[in-house]
Amino acid sequence: MSGNPKYPAGYSLRKRRSQKAAFAIFRILSLFIVAVLFAILGFIIVKGAGVLSWDFLTKAPEDGMTAGGIFPAIVGTLLLMLGSAVVAFPVGIMSGIYMNEYASKGWVVKFIRLMTNNLSGVPSIVFGLFGMALFVKYLGFGDSILAGSLTLGLLSLPLVIRTTEEALKDIPDGIREGSLALGATKLQTIWKVVLPMAMPRVITGLILSLGRVSGETAPILFTCAAYFFPQLPTSILDQCMALPYHLYVISTSGTDIEAQQPIAYGTALVLIIIVLVINLLAGLLRKYFENRLKMK
Amino acid sequence: MKRFLEKAVRWLLTASGFVTSIVILLIIGFLFTEGAGLFREPVIEEGYVLALNSENPVRELNAAEIKAVFDEDVTNWKELGGADMPISTFRLEDADEHFSEEQLGAQYENAGALISGLVAANPGMVAFVPESMIPEDSGLNFIKDSSISPGEVFGGSEWFPTATPAPLFGMLPLLLGTLWVSLFAILFALPFGISIAVYMSEVASPRIRNFLKPVIELLNGIPSVVYGFFGLIVIVPMLQRVFGLPVGESGLAGSLVLAIMALPTIVTVAEDAMRNCPRTLREASLALGATKWQTIYKVVIPSSMSGIASGVVLGIGRAVGETMAVLMVTGNAAVMPHSILEPLRTIPATIAAELGEAPAGGAHYQSLFLLGVILFFITFLINLCVEFISARNKAKYN
Repeated sequence: MSGNPKYPAGYSLRKRRSQKAAFAIFRILSLFIVAVLFAILGFIIVKGAGVLSWDFLTKAPEDGMTAGGIFPAIVGTLLLMLGSAVVAFPVGIMSGIYMNEYASKGWVVKFIRLMTNNLSGVPSIVFGLFGMALFVKYLGFGDSILAGSLTLGLLSLPLVIRTTEEALKDIPDGIREGSLALGATKLQTIWKVVLPMAMPRVITGLILSLGRVSGETAPILFTCAAYFFPQLPTSILDQCMALPYHLYVISTSGTDIEAQQPIAYGTALVLIIIVLVINLLAGLLRKYFENRLKMK
Repeated sequence: MKRFLEKAVRWLLTASGFVTSIVILLIIGFLFTEGAGLFREPVIEEGYVLALNSENPVRELNAAEIKAVFDEDVTNWKELGGADMPISTFRLEDADEHFSEEQLGAQYENAGALISGLVAANPGMVAFVPESMIPEDSGLNFIKDSSISPGEVFGGSEWFPTATPAPLFGMLPLLLGTLWVSLFAILFALPFGISIAVYMSEVASPRIRNFLKPVIELLNGIPSVVYGFFGLIVIVPMLQRVFGLPVGESGLAGSLVLAIMALPTIVTVAEDAMRNCPRTLREASLALGATKWQTIYKVVIPSSMSGIASGVVLGIGRAVGETMAVLMVTGNAAVMPHSILEPLRTIPATIAAELGEAPAGGAHYQSLFLLGVILFFITFLINLCVEFISARNKAKYN
C-alpha cells in the first residue's frame, strides 16, 4: 500500500494536487507575513542601532530637535504608563471580579459586557477628543500628565477587565465551593483563594495593556503631549513629552528633516524595544506560571 | 463588622462594574453636545456681516456661494440670481487700499462710515465686515444669515473649515476617504488573514504554530506611529517609484499600512473560530473519505463562517479608527477621492491634524467633534454587528 499515511490509497491524484497547492499557498502567505514583520523590525533595528547611545538615552533634545537625546520623552512615556496603570488597574480588576464573581448571569452582565466591548472598539482618536472635552476643558486639568493618564487609563480599561474576567473564569468552581464549605465568606474566598490563583494571568494581561499604552499617540495629542519640554515635569499638572508623539513630530515636521531622521530612527527603535521587552516579559511570565502550576 | 465589609466591597465592585457603561455614556454626551453645536453656528463667521448695496436684490447666499464669491470663482451677480452686474469684494484687510490712514483714524473709528459709503457707492460690491462697525442708519442690505444646515455638512463635498467669510464643512470627502482606505485595506488583508488563520489552525505543526502566534501578537503590539514611520520612509517612496506618482503619499500607502495593522485582528478571531469548530464535524467528513483540504473548505470554513466574519468586521473597525499611521502616509488632501493612488484624507486623520489649531468652542472645533460622533457611531455599529453575529452563532451550536 501507499507509503504516505497522509494520503490513504483511495485519494485521486487530482485531489492530492489541489490539497498540496492550497497548503502551499497558505504556507507562502504565512511566510510572507513573517517576512513583513522581520522587515519592519529589521529595518528599524539596523537603522536605529547606530543612533542608540548612552547620551541619546539620557540627554534632552538640542538645537531645535536636530541633536541631543530623547530622555524627557522616555521619562514622559514611563510616567504616562504609570499614570494609566493607577487609573485602570484597580477599577478594571474590580470590574472583572464583579463580572465573574458577583453579577447574576442575566441581562446586567450582558449589558456590561456589550458596553465593555464597545469601549474597546472606540477609536483612540475619539478617546483623545473625549479626554480633551472632559479632563482638559470641563474639569480644567489643562494639558497635563493627569489628563493624559486618565485618558489612557480609560482606553486600556476594557483590556484589563477582559483579562481579569478570563483569568477568573479559568478557576474551577470546585475551589470556590471548597473554600465556602470551610466557612469562609465570599469575600475571603475571593481574596485568599481565587485571586491568588488567578494573579499570574491577570498580571500578564496588565503588562500587555501597559505595552499598548506606551505606543498610543492619538489620545495624548490634545491631552498631554508637548512638542518640546526639555526639563522634566515636576507635577502631574505639567505637560510632558512622550516617545510616540516625539516620533510623529520629528518624522513629519520640523526645521531640518534630514538631521532629524537619525533621531527618528532612534526613537522608533526605543519604542520597538519597549514593545519587545513587554511581550517577552509577558511570554516568560506565562511560561513560568504555567510550569509552576504543573509542578503543583 | 465583617458583614459590613462584605457589603461595602460588594457595593464597590458593583460600582466599578458599571464604569465602562458610564464612560460610554460620557463619551456620547460630551461628543454630542460639542458636535451638535455646529448646527447652531451661523454660516458667516460670528460677529461679522456681509453688507450689500441697497440696489442689489440678492438676499440669500449659501456657504458655498459665499466662498465662490470671495475666491472670485463667481464674478457676476447674474450667476447668483441677481442683476447683471460684476461682483467686487471688500474685506477689512483691504481697507488701506481704499482709504488712507488719516481717513480711517488711529483707532479705525471712521472705518465703519467710510466702508458703508464705499458699498453705497458701488452697486456690485459685497463687504465682509464686523457687524459692530456698520452704523445703524447706513441704508445697506445684508445677506440673511442662517445656521449651518445638516444637509450642507453631511452632503457637502467641500471641506474648507478655515475659509472666510463662510467656512465649508462638507464631510463627504472625509467619509469617502475613510471608506476607501479601509475597504482597500481589508481587500489586501483578507486573503492573507484567512490563509494564515487556516494555516495556523488546520495545517501547521504545533511548533510552527507556536512560532507564528507571537509573530502575530508582535504585529499587533507595534505602535501605530512606528507603522506610520515605516510607511513614510519605506512604502511611500516605493509606491512613488513603482507607479511613477508625483507624490507617494496616497490612499494606497494608507491601505497597505492599514492592511498590516488589521491583519492580527482578522487572524486571531478567525483562527479562534476555526479551532472551535467541533471535532465531530471534522471526523465525520474525514470518515466519509474527504481529504484534509476538502474537509477544511467544505466543513471547517463554512461552519466557522460567522467567526471569520466577526474577524473581518473587527478588522474593518480597526482600520476605520486608525489615526496616526494613516495621518502620516495618506497625504491628507481633503478632496473627493477619485483614485486610490492620489492623496486623500480620513476622518481620524482630520481630527488629529486640525483639532490643535481649531479655537475651542468655534464652528471648526465643533465640526471636528461631529466627526468624532460619526466615527464613534461607525465603530459602535460595527461592534453591534459582531455581537449579533456571535450571539446567532451561539444559538446555532447550543
